[in-house]
Amino acid sequence: MIPTSFDYVRAASVPEAIQLLKNFNGEGKLIAGGHSLVPLMKFRITTPGTLIDISQIQELKGVSKEGGRLVIGALTTYAEALGDPLVAAHLPVLAEAIQKIADLQVRNKGTIGGNIAHADPAADLPALALALDAVVHITGEDGEERVPIQDFLFGPFMTALPETSIVTAVSFAIPPTEGKSTYLKYFHPASGYAVVGVAAVARKTADGVINHIRVGITGAGDCAFRAENVEKYLLGKTATLENISKAAQLAADEVDMGEDLFASSDYRRHLCEVYTERALRKVLL
Amino acid sequence: MAKKYPVQVKVNGKMKSAEVEPRLLLVHLLRDEFDLTGTHIGCDTSQCGACTVMLDGMAVKSCTILAIQADGAEITTVEGLGSREELHPIQQGFWEKHGLQCGFCTPGVMMAVNGLLQENINPSEAEIREALDGVICRCTGYQFIVKAVQHAAELIREQQSQPVSLENVTTRGDVS
Ligand SMILES: Cc1cc2nc3c(=O)[nH]c(=O)nc-3n(C[C@H](O)[C@H](O)[C@H](O)COP(=O)(O)OP(=O)(O)OC[C@H]3O[C@@H](n4cnc5c(N)ncnc54)[C@H](O)[C@@H]3O)c2cc1C
Ligand code: FES
Ligand code: FES
Repeated sequence: MIPTSFDYVRAASVPEAIQLLKNFNGEGKLIAGGHSLVPLMKFRITTPGTLIDISQIQELKGVSKEGGRLVIGALTTYAEALGDPLVAAHLPVLAEAIQKIADLQVRNKGTIGGNIAHADPAADLPALALALDAVVHITGEDGEERVPIQDFLFGPFMTALPETSIVTAVSFAIPPTEGKSTYLKYFHPASGYAVVGVAAVARKTADGVINHIRVGITGAGDCAFRAENVEKYLLGKTATLENISKAAQLAADEVDMGEDLFASSDYRRHLCEVYTERALRKVLL
Repeated sequence: MAKKYPVQVKVNGKMKSAEVEPRLLLVHLLRDEFDLTGTHIGCDTSQCGACTVMLDGMAVKSCTILAIQADGAEITTVEGLGSREELHPIQQGFWEKHGLQCGFCTPGVMMAVNGLLQENINPSEAEIREALDGVICRCTGYQFIVKAVQHAAELIREQQSQPVSLENVTTRGDVS
């Protein structure tokens, strides 16, 4: 289908994009890779008045290392991140997750910043961002701001991003050395999105005591979440099969599961537990 | 009537321009404005890949890109892959190994495969199947497509090992 009519402007810099967002008074919509937005516009679910194209702002591309974090420019595409030596060296789990996003063609266009800013409850990166203590870099009228991912995501397609701000980068904590990390996904058979996706990052001491653990889950509910009960249960315990299996039972504790034609909420809860157990075994045993 | 904007792109080696509404999709620019109807449209959900073209050297779905966002880009469509007289190894591979039945998906499949083979001329079967994730074929069951790609890769490797190598496997020929 063909989108409804809209006007189009291209922003050459971050300040220009912010100025344009201000000028259009909430009627302007940012477009980056367009691979979430254009499909929605084709179905006329989203009908923006004006698109503000930020896809050519070069300063928002690329990966850098700042202390214990990798900072990924918002406009870095999945394909660019996959080919990046810093990602390969410090954050192979990001590459592991990206390889599970859509297909070759989509990965050539979709951006890391777009994935996080869109806050699709079935998108993959939010789970990983939660497990890697990600911080969203935002620039707006009042300057720069850094928002932890947990405060940034707050509902289906809802974020804490102010109307006249843009996401400039997302930084991910490099997992502790000697730690392990993984992202496991149960693919929706038709759309390829996550029915459930579980990211886990963990480290244990020489005698097997878990001293760092993060579990992020996407797909299952209205919004990606951290499985805090799993983390609390495991922290300070030894990494045994029994502990892992008990912890995994808590994966969807106190979280409302989504429900649709494909997967009931009971089934999603079950998948959360199974995929959490598998991810924990991978990073802890 | 919505405002129109000029767009200039290099398609299969030739500069082309048009005045477009911002909502025009790249696939419609190629098909309706430039008459390059080799690029197909098979879905509304960005899933089938029939519309795949090379945009600045990368395989993309032209139904999910606004024409205006492609301003200034270089595009190769299936028409630019090879010519009737001199088929591209991918076309040769699909022909010799029967990599198609009805042929509707084939232009997009060949462009997605082009995206794979320009990175990796020695792909494993798993890598080929992974690269075909973004295309849907309703006829073949993919078995013969995989065989065709393996054959195409072999043809490319043969060509590249010959003294006169293929100049540019992605933008040869122009039948537009
Ligand atoms: C066929 C298909 C399959 C897919 N499968 C998956 C999948 O399995 N897993 C998955 O996670 N995703 C999947 N996606 C979505 C894809 O990953 C998108 O590319 C991504 O979600 C959005 O990134 P984008 O750059 O394309 O954003 P756009 O579509 O350009 O934008 C999306 C939204 O984010 C906003 N936005 C974008 N960039 C910024 C910014 N820098 N600052 C502020 N706001 C911004 C836009 O205003 C818009 O509201 C799929 C897409 C398609 C077409
Ligand atoms: S027409 Fe583009 S993906 Fe189906
Ligand atoms: S050959 Fe018919 S759809 Fe692929």
